[in-house]
Amino acid sequence: MNNDGIVWEVLNNQFCSYKVKTDVGNLCRHPHNLTGRCNRRECPLANSKYATVRETAGRIYLCLKTAERAHIPSKQWERIELPKNFAQAVEVIDSNMQYWPKWMIHMCKQRLTKITQYLIRMRKLKLKNKSTLVPIKKKLERRERTREVRAEAAARLDQSIEKELLERLKSKAYGDQPLNVNEAVWKEILEGDAVEAESDVTTEDELEEENEYEFDKAKDPFAHEFVSDDSDLENDGEDMEDLLGMSASEFSSAEDEDEEEEDEGEYESGSDDEMSEDSDAADHSDKRAKGKRAASSAPRQKPTKRTKKHGPRVEIEYETEAVAKDNMLTNW
Amino acid sequence: MNNIATSEIKNKVKRGQVYEKQRIEKGKVKRLRRKELKKEEAENPELREARLRENVPTTQENTREFDEAVVADADDEVVKEEEEDEFAQYFNGQAPKVLVTTTPKAGKQTVNFVKELVSIVPNLEYVKRGSKFALQQIIQFCKNREYTDLIVVTEDHKEPTHVTLIHLPEGPTAHFRLTRIKGGKEILGHARATSHYPELILNQFSTRLGHTVGRMFAALFPQVPEFQGRQVVTFHNQRDYIFFRRHRYVFKNSKRVDLQEIGPRFTLKLRWLQKGLYDPVNGEYEWLYKADLETSRRRVFL
Repeated sequence: MNNDGIVWEVLNNQFCSYKVKTDVGNLCRHPHNLTGRCNRRECPLANSKYATVRETAGRIYLCLKTAERAHIPSKQWERIELPKNFAQAVEVIDSNMQYWPKWMIHMCKQRLTKITQYLIRMRKLKLKNKSTLVPIKKKLERRERTREVRAEAAARLDQSIEKELLERLKSKAYGDQPLNVNEAVWKEILEGDAVEAESDVTTEDELEEENEYEFDKAKDPFAHEFVSDDSDLENDGEDMEDLLGMSASEFSSAEDEDEEEEDEGEYESGSDDEMSEDSDAADHSDKRAKGKRAASSAPRQKPTKRTKKHGPRVEIEYETEAVAKDNMLTNW
Repeated sequence: MNNIATSEIKNKVKRGQVYEKQRIEKGKVKRLRRKELKKEEAENPELREARLRENVPTTQENTREFDEAVVADADDEVVKEEEEDEFAQYFNGQAPKVLVTTTPKAGKQTVNFVKELVSIVPNLEYVKRGSKFALQQIIQFCKNREYTDLIVVTEDHKEPTHVTLIHLPEGPTAHFRLTRIKGGKEILGHARATSHYPELILNQFSTRLGHTVGRMFAALFPQVPEFQGRQVVTFHNQRDYIFFRRHRYVFKNSKRVDLQEIGPRFTLKLRWLQKGLYDPVNGEYEWLYKADLETSRRRVFL
């Protein structure tokens, strides 16, 4: 009934479904195989006395097969659970395989070592954070990208930042002597506060006469708010003088010399038309010479203000910026 | 000819020509109307004010869906809660100490981004990430060394894609998507950063969640800025996108402030917020982005 020789003959020479032929040699796929090699000595089918170590669900078992149970295939293997402690497990193997062949005991222990090691490694890996693959959803990405662009446009970042900063400055969040503000600007703000306070008082009083008086006083700061060119403010009084009493030649002398030369013919006409002539001259100059304009200095700001009424091409900003830069150089 | 509607002209070329004429005519009328309006309003500024008052365009912002999480300006409950939250210590004067690291084997672009971060946040230290320790271990190390925040930049295809911001020692942890990074040097006419502590602007963080996120950002920076540096760091929230910008400013006069960008720019979008320290398995999510949440573009969470 139990002839190992015949079994091996069949497996070796005819067919074995566990056998794998490789360049290295023949290997065995049988789960009870102790070493994984295919030969007469290590074949779990062709040996009625056989031992191996197996792992199932993290537990290690010593499996023994003896000729005495060969007639009951369902109980052929004796399965002994090995303790988790490696040294104790080795002892169990030794005690259960006392008179077994030396090489088989040795192989079992080797297999036990290998299994214990990979179990340890498995547990360690379980503790580590695993990186998970997350699908990139193309449609979602695209939607978020476009929405981001639109949100950025709606945010008006520069404006909102500027607004916030000015608010902080005006609410005195930077303290009484701020380090991040030019002295002139800080004075301007303090003055603005004072004016506001004054105007508040007057509205509370609601006396007509006083109101008129205060209004005159508050006229300058009021102008501060709505006139586009700031540097004009200081020259307001002079403007009035100009309008009232200045002759054409006097006025033109305040202007750029180059322009004066070019516009001489026009200026020579009578003093009655001076206003219209002036505006004309300014208009011409505006169209002609941008570069010169940029180089011109403070007194020339009056004509630019007039030209602004006529057309959009006014370079007021150049002038104010030039002034501001000078300030910066001296104060910063 | 006049009786036929333009759309019924059968010749395609002719039809096109007529349409073009109509378009130009329309534009002319419009321009004329605007010009007259402008003239009227120049004479009578009240008209302009009235028009601006009435003519408010509908935007996503002013048609936002009602959200009970939106915090009113003076909500005592929220103020008190915030006095006792995880960041309260920082707002009571504790100096921040921040560590930044990446995922293992970070690419060049990621490291460059981290370097930009180092220039932005004072007291920020970059430590190169080895592959030996898990993030949770690193968090422990940071706690032992009394760091107040830990930033982890995550990359994909060698590009930084996510930022995890962990407030120590007790959380919370926020995870952001990171997009549209533009380094300082790529910005045209950029300014140079100085080592002064920057000012901070947190714009439009309106809900409870938004407040938490805003406070997280605020807790990264030293509480008292050095104003002489005139540097301002902005986290602007618009429709849940958080735009980062850094500028140098100059007050030109009482009405005008000029900005020069220092850079970098980038955009963050919150993906999740965990209550405690980073814990991918058992962590309690205070808020987690799901596609289901996007029921409408007028629904905003921050």
